[in-house]
Amino acid sequence: MTELRKRGGGGGDPDKETDGEDRLGLAGGDGDSESKADTPSVPPSTADHTPQFLKEAVEGLNPRWKNCCIRGVLSMAMISGFFMMIYLGPVMLILVVMTIQIKCFQEIIEIGYRVYHSYELPWFRTLSWYFLICVNYFFYGETLAEYFGALVQREEPLQFLVRYHRFISFALYLAGFCMFVLSLVKKHYRLQFYMFAWTHVTLLIVVTQSHLVIQNLFEGMIWFLVPVSIVICNDIMAYLFGFFFGRTPLIKLSPKKTWEGFIGGFFGTLVFGFILAYLLAQFRYFVCPAEYNSETNRFTAECEPSDIFVMHEYTLPFAVQSILRWKTVNLYPFQIHSVALSTFGSLIGPFGGFFASGFKRAFKIKDFADTIPGHGGIMDRFDCQYLMATFTHVYIASFIRGPNPSKVLQQLLVLQPEQQLTIFYTMRDRLRDRGILPPAATDAL
Amino acid sequence: MTELRHRGTTENDLLYQQSEDKGSENEGKAEKDGVSDSETKPDTGLLEVPVPADDTPEVLNKALSGLSSRWKNWWVRGILTLAMISFFFIIIYLGPMVLMLIVLCVQIKCFQEIIHIGYSVYHSYHLPWFRTLSWYFLLCVNYFFYGETVTDYFFNLVQREEPLRILSKYHRLISFALYLTGFCMFVLSLLKKHYRLQFYMFGWTHVTLLIVVTQSHLIIHNLFEGMIWFIVPISCVICNDIMAYMFGFFFGRTPLIKLSPKKTWEGFIGGFFSTVVFGILLSYVMAGYSFFVCPVEFNSDHNSFEVDCVPSDLFQLQDYALPASLESFTGRPTVRLYPFQIHSISLSAFASLMGPFGGFFASGFKRAFKIKDFANTIPGHGGIMDRFDCQYLMATFVNVYIASFIRGPNPAKVVQQLLALRLDQQLNIFNSLKSHLTERGLLVEAA
Repeated sequence: MTELRKRGGGGGDPDKETDGEDRLGLAGGDGDSESKADTPSVPPSTADHTPQFLKEAVEGLNPRWKNCCIRGVLSMAMISGFFMMIYLGPVMLILVVMTIQIKCFQEIIEIGYRVYHSYELPWFRTLSWYFLICVNYFFYGETLAEYFGALVQREEPLQFLVRYHRFISFALYLAGFCMFVLSLVKKHYRLQFYMFAWTHVTLLIVVTQSHLVIQNLFEGMIWFLVPVSIVICNDIMAYLFGFFFGRTPLIKLSPKKTWEGFIGGFFGTLVFGFILAYLLAQFRYFVCPAEYNSETNRFTAECEPSDIFVMHEYTLPFAVQSILRWKTVNLYPFQIHSVALSTFGSLIGPFGGFFASGFKRAFKIKDFADTIPGHGGIMDRFDCQYLMATFTHVYIASFIRGPNPSKVLQQLLVLQPEQQLTIFYTMRDRLRDRGILPPAATDAL
Repeated sequence: MTELRHRGTTENDLLYQQSEDKGSENEGKAEKDGVSDSETKPDTGLLEVPVPADDTPEVLNKALSGLSSRWKNWWVRGILTLAMISFFFIIIYLGPMVLMLIVLCVQIKCFQEIIHIGYSVYHSYHLPWFRTLSWYFLLCVNYFFYGETVTDYFFNLVQREEPLRILSKYHRLISFALYLTGFCMFVLSLLKKHYRLQFYMFGWTHVTLLIVVTQSHLIIHNLFEGMIWFIVPISCVICNDIMAYMFGFFFGRTPLIKLSPKKTWEGFIGGFFSTVVFGILLSYVMAGYSFFVCPVEFNSDHNSFEVDCVPSDLFQLQDYALPASLESFTGRPTVRLYPFQIHSISLSAFASLMGPFGGFFASGFKRAFKIKDFANTIPGHGGIMDRFDCQYLMATFVNVYIASFIRGPNPAKVVQQLLALRLDQQLNIFNSLKSHLTERGLLVEAA
């Protein structure tokens, strides 16, 4: 969301000077000799997409406020869209995540093409999209096998696909690899290798992380909603704090960011995350893992909420006790986890934004694309989200979730019968030791 | 191993080869007139990455001083080839631990070679932090992969030692934190005029990591399945290279692909058939020894690796009925084979058909960046990466093949996961398992 700040500044923008320096630096023969060969600026994409009625509505206002208003309206629109999708449920969310992933991929590849004048290379778009489909097939296959275990067991062709899934994915990928090698054209080797690498790095970043988002979603919609909201809130808070109190620049890369905005955003997000976690943790709809009910062929979010979503009493430390005059406080454990999530979102999330800023400056583009009027492309909105998604996933794997029981059962059923028997006896003894199973004498097992 | 062919015939078709090379370089210069591959423009001043001087040891030079230069080159390559193959045998003899170390060394060297090329191409020496960051990322990714491997295979050892247990439990978090630190260092190290270079190097580093490091870890996984799953694929690729070269040398006529003009269809097909035969013979020889065939296990009592087991079905001789046509041909109704030999046919087929694509990819890469070799580590052959370019696809294929057709899930791992579940989940699974086994008739339910 760095563009938010750049544009909000209106005229007399120090950013323009920076860009100018970059261009001057080009002529002065900097070390970045690659840029000499490319055109100094990627031709900015097409005209303003702002709908006509918005333009009319804000016509009278000062240009600075006009920009602000358009951005504000679009922000509201996006947030409402967000709420609607939440209402529609997990399947919808998965579809939306997939759509966003495809759009981000397309935006980044588009930039690569423009930077490398690659339009006339044969096969390239086809190959990039083909690789996208392969990698998605691989990931979705792994996800489906895990979460739709019962459905898969029923249908014969699905079983075959699942059993040889890795092999099929690898074969598909290899076909793309061979097509790439066969498509190498004599004068364009370097360009083609660049595009190959560009495609792969994009896949690595965009596709793997969107799948982590989906895995988080399956844990419970709250694990999707809270991180995403935290990042959005941090952006907005940092902007507001920076707007009102901003004085000390934060990093040369994004000159509009300030320390005041950063710190204010941090605390604002902490509080917000805490409150949001409290609100959402009460509803089963958000808290329960999304499960696929094979009888009704639908997703259900029905369960016994796990421990972290049950109110606990915590004794306040002495210092806080004297201030608030309460001995204990009732909290959801999840709220404490939300503090960790907010901290990460405020401290490290901005680095994702800096990375995207650096990327845009490196390739001398203002925005990734022009999809959302006033905001730029989808990628502009989601640049901070990606690190957050990975962090949430790793956090869940480390602190929250044990192994998935249905997955373990699945693996068990695939083993050899002798191995299954051995495991059966081991389990039986262990459960007896723990007192869960009645001892051997009375039970004729 | 494309360079094998380039060099082996350089003096042979001296005029043709040189004129061809010059031709492509001239084309590079002619492109100044603004052809699409404008990347070459700034680099014509730096036509090739300076290749260090001839590394051939003095002893070899003296021994061969009398011969003509063409044969000299042959001899140098031949001797080095034999040296490498003997080295291969020695490390096999030394066992799995040494093999793992060798794989790690090869991986580090390949990574270094590729990063070095990136640096030379992008004049990146004066950028701060770059080498440090690339090596740091290499460390992070290796830490992540080795941690996963260690947790899988050394489960008992890990459970015993308290610090290891904690490291293993929070492994992903630690790896992610380490990676993030590198990421933040990268962002903080962005310098105003060098953004693009720095992003290129970042991308270059990551793609290299993806290719080199992940596949070397797949090799180690294959190794743990049994040394035969490591030795046979590598030998098939080496054999295919040598055989394709021989066939091409003696019978080669029709060019195979414009990218590597020295490769021929005769070499390709001849290499294919001889590799399949070689694979069958090699697997027959190796499948008899439990040293090669048994999965590598870590014995926590002795703190050492051992390969001791009852060979699985794959490695037991079985009778196969020959189809009628072959029966009349060989006069025998059945033939005794190891099932593994049939699997080796697929491995050889893959090595012969797809392995060369890895070589073409590396050729294209070298042409794109106008380098002759990845480095000059091995006299007569080039860098380590030159020798291993075909191996990488093979390693992934073997791993996927094993996962799909051979190995089921590891029972020890499943037990591990079971015991980590909550007790009520364990009970559920126990009951499901019980009903499953009863259904199959494996468990008799007494009244």
